[in-house]
Amino acid sequence: MAVLNEEQEMLRDMARDWATEKSPVTEFRKLRRDGAPEAYDPAAFATMAEMGWTGVIIPEEHGGSDFGWLSLGLVVEELGKTLTASPLIASTLAASAILLGGTEEQKAKWLPGLASGEIKATLAIDEGPRHASRSFETSVADGRLSGTKSFVHEAHGADLFVVAAGDGLYLVEASDGVSLAERSMVDNRNHAEVTFDGAAADRLENGDDTLLDDVLDRARVLTACEMLGMAQQVFDSTLDYLKQRVQFNQVLATFQALQHRMADLFGDLAMMRSAVEGGLQALDSGFGVARAATIAKAEANRVLHTMSREGVQLHGGIGMTDEYDIGFYLKRARILETSWGGTAMLKDRFATIGGY
Amino acid sequence: MATQPDIDLHSEEEAFRTEVQQFLAENFPEELKGKGNALSAIEGPDEENEAERAWREAMGERGWGVPTWPKEYGGGGLTRKQAAILNEELAKAGAYNPIGGMGVMMFGPTLLEYGSEEQKHEHIPPIARGEVRWCQGYSEPNAGSDLANLQTTAEDKGDHYLVNGQKTWTSGGQWADKCFCLVRTDRSDKHKGISFLLIDMDAPGVEVRPIQMISGMSPFCETFFTDVKVPKDNLVGEEGQGWTIGKRLLQHERTNLSGGGSMARLMGASLSDIAKKYVGTDETGQLADKVLRDRIADFDIRWNAFLLTARRAGEESKAQGGVSEISSVLKKLGTKLGQERAEMLIEIMGMQALGWEGEGFTENELSGTRSWLFGKATTIYGGSTEIQNNIIAKRVLGMLDHQ
Repeated sequence: MAVLNEEQEMLRDMARDWATEKSPVTEFRKLRRDGAPEAYDPAAFATMAEMGWTGVIIPEEHGGSDFGWLSLGLVVEELGKTLTASPLIASTLAASAILLGGTEEQKAKWLPGLASGEIKATLAIDEGPRHASRSFETSVADGRLSGTKSFVHEAHGADLFVVAAGDGLYLVEASDGVSLAERSMVDNRNHAEVTFDGAAADRLENGDDTLLDDVLDRARVLTACEMLGMAQQVFDSTLDYLKQRVQFNQVLATFQALQHRMADLFGDLAMMRSAVEGGLQALDSGFGVARAATIAKAEANRVLHTMSREGVQLHGGIGMTDEYDIGFYLKRARILETSWGGTAMLKDRFATIGGY
Repeated sequence: MATQPDIDLHSEEEAFRTEVQQFLAENFPEELKGKGNALSAIEGPDEENEAERAWREAMGERGWGVPTWPKEYGGGGLTRKQAAILNEELAKAGAYNPIGGMGVMMFGPTLLEYGSEEQKHEHIPPIARGEVRWCQGYSEPNAGSDLANLQTTAEDKGDHYLVNGQKTWTSGGQWADKCFCLVRTDRSDKHKGISFLLIDMDAPGVEVRPIQMISGMSPFCETFFTDVKVPKDNLVGEEGQGWTIGKRLLQHERTNLSGGGSMARLMGASLSDIAKKYVGTDETGQLADKVLRDRIADFDIRWNAFLLTARRAGEESKAQGGVSEISSVLKKLGTKLGQERAEMLIEIMGMQALGWEGEGFTENELSGTRSWLFGKATTIYGGSTEIQNNIIAKRVLGMLDHQ
């Protein structure tokens, strides 16, 4: 854990207490049972907004607190631990796109609502099952945007979409020209294919050539924060389980074969945490963002992948049951590993940034 | 007004920076620029030239080789911030810290914590001046990973101990002046029968034999003690406290063995730069071998995550004070990655990385061969990876707590 200031410690403790008490995994189970396409509790999201979490990276002049990315990462990690469903990450990423590429007018129009949580937004980038394509078929003519975006996170209930077209990023409001087709995924969260049919689009004019990459780097880091919370939780649950389960008249934790596997996972978790915090710190300093974000997501992918598999294996048969939480982490893990860059794409990006 | 102290602090720091710059201008010999000192815990034979001796004495006089140790024992008495400034300025000037070795990295910090006033005044100043070489008398033929099984005895003879037994893997034993040693003072209790004793290597009855390793080098020795008389003043702590003191010293050792920063420096050129030279690039400037490119990126990402972890552990231990159990994690990760890098160099350089000596190979290639082989020791010494895993499971994860 990075060395935190008092403000950050308070924020983390607040998020931890709220997630543990008000948003444990049983809340996720209720949402799953209800089956609404939004897949999150609007009242819970309103509470998160009241606590200021939707405005953490938004400047004070636009209604946020400007506490920075490391602060936001602490909150997102805690929410990841309990699989709390919400549009917090999606909305924050849309806000960061407007901050980076919006005109003063666009910022004034959207940021206060995003900071207060009254407006919910999301990124609509990919046009296929893997995050790889850099040439988009989505196009804009006479201020009207048309195209289809696949597997859009938190699409249901979004008031605003930040859409990648062939010639830049555009803001598109939910309207008649925007239609959603629900995609029921293994993580039981909010996903949809979004079709834009001549929808009114407002270009983010101020972005330079790297605007999309800059936004995606932020997506990678924040996603890695959620993954860090999940990996930590899987590790803690697995360790608890090994300390309780008795076979051969012995607690499993006393078996050296299992001890050494946990020691390996503990080392991996330490590396993942350092990489994720390094990504957040780079965003706050503005230095070496692309490289740090790539390291953060690549390590998050590597470690959560291993952790989620080992978590199920070390729980044994009970880890395969729906009644037990561990499987939820496995399923959500693969969704997030695939989002904003799988490991192969990230390694290619890292080498390219490094000039080889 | 509230910022006033900060400004004072800031100007004090700048004044210190100027002091360091002046000191370097006056004392650091130009001919040593860019020459690194062996950062390893194991010291080589003593072949100091005039300039090197002058530089060591200049640093030793200020206590800046051990910048944060207390001034009264010959240390620099600097704050951590000042020590960081000193390091920055050394690096800027292409200078190195000439004072190192086991005395600085392991024994000194431990003696400062557990030694008597007399012992600290006797032993710490020569370490701070770089005048004495210490070696570690821990392992024995039948006490490797099971270190507490050590059998070298120290028998109470009234005014002195009589030491008999054999130590092994004594790093730099053939060049050392003194040895910090774990000895058995009581056979009835495995752990509480161990004591921490300081032995002169030139005392009658001490014999050292170098061991030739697979790398062709002989950095380790066997050390034999036959009826060696050791004054009772050389006992550190109480009789029977050796296991506690000895383990504390190992934490310092692990922290140093994993030390991300110094390892990064020792590693020199990046894998990708070496690969560009040996494998070549395509028309886009990418490495021609795409599979190798992917594997280098895979390694680099994890290596960077490790360096970030070493940095984070440093910041955390600064905030909390002292070395921590995380040293086991760093040792385990850093040594494994170091070996992985050495193996990848062979893949990248091919046969050029496997030369033993003589013509047809560059100096770098030949030293790479030796490093690859010597590096196999890193996951064995200082507590093997398996022992680190035991420590993590027991001390950090509490997997034996319910027993």
